Amino acid sequence: MWEQIRANQRRSAVLIVGMVGTLLLLGMLVGDTWAGPDGIVLGIGAALIVCGVQLGIYIAGAEALLLHGAFAKELKRDDSPQLFDIVEEMQIASGLPFLPRIHLIDDPAPNAFAVGSKPANSAICVTTGLLHRLNRDELQGVIAHEMSHLKNRDVQFMTLAAVLLGSIVILSEIIVRTMRFGSRSRDRSESRGGGQAQALILVLALVFAILGPLMAQLLSFACSRKREYLADACGAQFTRYPAGLAAALEKISQANVPVSFAGKATAPLFIVNPLAADGESAGLFATHPPTAARIKVLRGMTGASFAAYDAAYRQATGRGIIGTESLRADAPATIRPAAETGPITTRREVRDTAYRAHDYVAVHCACGAETNVPAGHTADGITCFRCGTALPIPAVAEALAGTPATAPATATPLAYTRTRPGWESFRCACGQTIQLSPSFAAPQVRCPGCDRIIQIS
Amino acid sequence: MPIVIALVVLLVIALGFVGWIAGAYNGLIRLRNQLENAWAQIDVQLKRRCDLIPNLVETVKGYAAHERGTLEAVIQARNMAVAAKGVADRAQADNVLSGALKSLFAVAEAYPNLKADQTFLALQEELTSTENKVAFARQFYNDSVMSYNTQIEIFPRNVIAGMFHFTRREFFEVKDDAQRNAPPVKF
Repeated sequence: MWEQIRANQRRSAVLIVGMVGTLLLLGMLVGDTWAGPDGIVLGIGAALIVCGVQLGIYIAGAEALLLHGAFAKELKRDDSPQLFDIVEEMQIASGLPFLPRIHLIDDPAPNAFAVGSKPANSAICVTTGLLHRLNRDELQGVIAHEMSHLKNRDVQFMTLAAVLLGSIVILSEIIVRTMRFGSRSRDRSESRGGGQAQALILVLALVFAILGPLMAQLLSFACSRKREYLADACGAQFTRYPAGLAAALEKISQANVPVSFAGKATAPLFIVNPLAADGESAGLFATHPPTAARIKVLRGMTGASFAAYDAAYRQATGRGIIGTESLRADAPATIRPAAETGPITTRREVRDTAYRAHDYVAVHCACGAETNVPAGHTADGITCFRCGTALPIPAVAEALAGTPATAPATATPLAYTRTRPGWESFRCACGQTIQLSPSFAAPQVRCPGCDRIIQIS
Repeated sequence: MPIVIALVVLLVIALGFVGWIAGAYNGLIRLRNQLENAWAQIDVQLKRRCDLIPNLVETVKGYAAHERGTLEAVIQARNMAVAAKGVADRAQADNVLSGALKSLFAVAEAYPNLKADQTFLALQEELTSTENKVAFARQFYNDSVMSYNTQIEIFPRNVIAGMFHFTRREFFEVKDDAQRNAPPVKF
């Protein structure tokens, strides 16, 4: 189970070494075109500094930057206990030694991604659109996929690859631009003699500067695609239910809602490429394999082990994907039956959760309408949008009065007698409106405003 | 001079051999630790389930006191699970408890008041999730046992495993086929 990561690491190490080599060579060329042979060491130093600065930025706050840019809010267990249960289940199944934090993004496009260069700041991000669209099995598949990105250290790898790629692009830009505008240094060297060698180096530099970033990009995208397949394989193995992840991928790619916060730089992190509207961008420059191909492999699995994934992949493409070392250590696994439970939350509930996470205050009116007031709202009341009643905002009114508006929890229980079988609402002594649904059958209810128990008969 | 070269070559070979032994030993230790962690995780989840059951029984008693048989079966299964020692025993007791809980939740279907009780709903949700966690912990444990057992049996690691007394571990599974194929109860 762990050897496949090792085989993957070897290939990635080759890529990283190649990229570092390209970077140093480009640095040498920059130094050479600027200051002649004496500048080579200087150029290498400059290349390392460019790379080091970028790496520093990524390590210091890439997660915070990304999460902040996406307006992601961290969820507490109370916000969505079932989502936390699913994440904990997948943590146990994957054997990950830490529990990633969970972030919610208020976006109608269903998608998810994982971030984290170290355990302490690793997080799994889901959108509200994902939570109400997927049923429990599908959501579990998505979380398992993201968990295996964390477990296989894909996030660290992709970060490092992105940093190196960025540095290579910067250096090659420098070379290409110096060639175009900085003809003075070339004139000088030609007048000094030895112009032929210098010219050859310049041509080589130009070719290398153009091809280097291209090759680096192609290779890192190829690695990224492979890691997506491997995360799918792990996801199927953790959940023992490949159909769940397959169905989730289908729903995500068919939703056809563009992700509003995704950019070119963050696209490789998502479970399905957020920039390709139909998730079908194929070819050498794709960060993700075509979703249809991933679904086909998952649907073709006859078991839930790595061997089953490899067999299905072989059937779909004619090649294997998982290294022989890992297949040898693979345990046979059968597919479990479907859990057949629906979505863990409704569209409305998840919207309310997102509002709560963004510190909105829900103000209930006696007419049944609910208004979400943003945290920065300074007036002490609003008018109900449906019936026009003036409503106080509890938190603001409290702050203005200087005393807590809630009654002690030990107040004597009140009683309310139901008058009809349908929807019903009444007002607690503290002013809080309480609604009873037609299916409400418990003998008592706790007032959310003042915590006192109200007997219902 | 040739003697020196021969000595150096021998030394390099010896160092390589020692290095390989150290690497293989460390690999086995890592696998065994992972296995023990996985077992601890099963233990945590099973204990958690046993802790939730007295509360559940009390809540159900309030609404359906005359379902004595079902309630007693759950309590008995819980006590057995708490007392069980060893991997195979634990697995067996755990499975009996799962069955008893399923029938308890099936019984609860007949009591609308019980089904609307907030405490009961919270407990049911928590127990269902704990049940899932037990299943996943068991799955991870069994995968770990599988790869550990393979590692200590294949040549040449089996020599090192024998030298340092790495022994085979049991799988956490139920022998009874009827119980394994029990149909899932839906709520």
